[in-house]
Amino acid sequence: MTDGCGAPEQTAVVTGEDTGDQVVVAGKVTGGEGALGGAYVRLLNADGEFAGEVQASPEGDFRFYAAPGEWKVRALHRSGNGEATVDAAGPGLHQVTIAVA
Amino acid sequence: MSREDVLVTTQWAEENLNTPGVVFAEVDEDTTAYEGGHIPGAVRIDWKTELQDQVRRDFVDKAGFEKLLSAKGISNDDLVILYGGNNNWFAAYAYWYFKLYGHDKVKLLDGGRKKWELDGRDLVKEVPDRPATDYKASDQDLSLRAFRDEVVDAISTKNLVDVRSPDEFSGKLLAPAHLPQESAQRAGHIPSALNVPWAQTANEDGTFKTADELKELYEEAGLDTSKATIAYCRIGERSSHTWFALHELMGLKDVKNYDGSWTEYGSLVGVPVETGSNGGK
Repeated sequence: MTDGCGAPEQTAVVTGEDTGDQVVVAGKVTGGEGALGGAYVRLLNADGEFAGEVQASPEGDFRFYAAPGEWKVRALHRSGNGEATVDAAGPGLHQVTIAVA
Repeated sequence: MSREDVLVTTQWAEENLNTPGVVFAEVDEDTTAYEGGHIPGAVRIDWKTELQDQVRRDFVDKAGFEKLLSAKGISNDDLVILYGGNNNWFAAYAYWYFKLYGHDKVKLLDGGRKKWELDGRDLVKEVPDRPATDYKASDQDLSLRAFRDEVVDAISTKNLVDVRSPDEFSGKLLAPAHLPQESAQRAGHIPSALNVPWAQTANEDGTFKTADELKELYEEAGLDTSKATIAYCRIGERSSHTWFALHELMGLKDVKNYDGSWTEYGSLVGVPVETGSNGGK
């Protein structure tokens, strides 16, 4: 198992990726000129309660290993904030894009 | 103790980057963050390789801490400003660790690296060259640190605050949601523990909530402030963040961090474990 608690390096989704029995919420943060790197992405449940946070990769990628459910992902960046919702009902890859403005 | 005694703002930090006797230190588990850019003049402390014993699951000993701080160019009289990623989890762990070894002139940068970045402040790659010192540490102040037997004895007698996310607390997840869910230990929490996730003590930008807001939060959660409190998480760094909120910002006297946390407790044979979301309420 991972011996630390910090987020691992954020990597892009691979087409056809097998997530096994894990519920993966993953995607990209975008800004005015395409992918936006370095935003802080927060995973919030349907009640707005915080569940996790990662810093997106330089290419804007982020991923969470969540429990099944409806999730909101919210990105914070010095250039602005943005959010999106995703329904991650069960194991598999649930992709979402967050536009920051 | 006031907020200013234990925290500095990013504005204060920027104005004091070159103040003699003030040393900035970035503490992270992922040290590539520092390499990619850090607060000008800040030294790096690697949570994993420098603050943990590399053989036993424990801290570096007193001599090891003295050697580490001496090599970093930190002296006993320096005011150390700690900051890091992950909403200051590892910096809060280091803060608690500095206090444990008797270094009182230490503060956290409120909001940590996240706030600094969101403010759009400068980060540099240049690594400072600080001359070595002859740092002297005190013996560990164990009034700040809880061990497993004390935690088992605390069930239903002291406050136990589980600061992990609700899904980790209830047993749905074994680790925070940004990590793969692979683990050998049992899921759940220590019976009678309250679940007050660390994130509820912080604002979105990573700064700590005010002492009044924290008091309201823990009162609502059912914390009995007349009793001693032990905070835990999975490996003890998120609970350092909560230890900071309870002990340093709210001023509660008897608060310990259980750094063995769920990684230890959830692997013990014969101890009670509870699942579900009710906790000590």
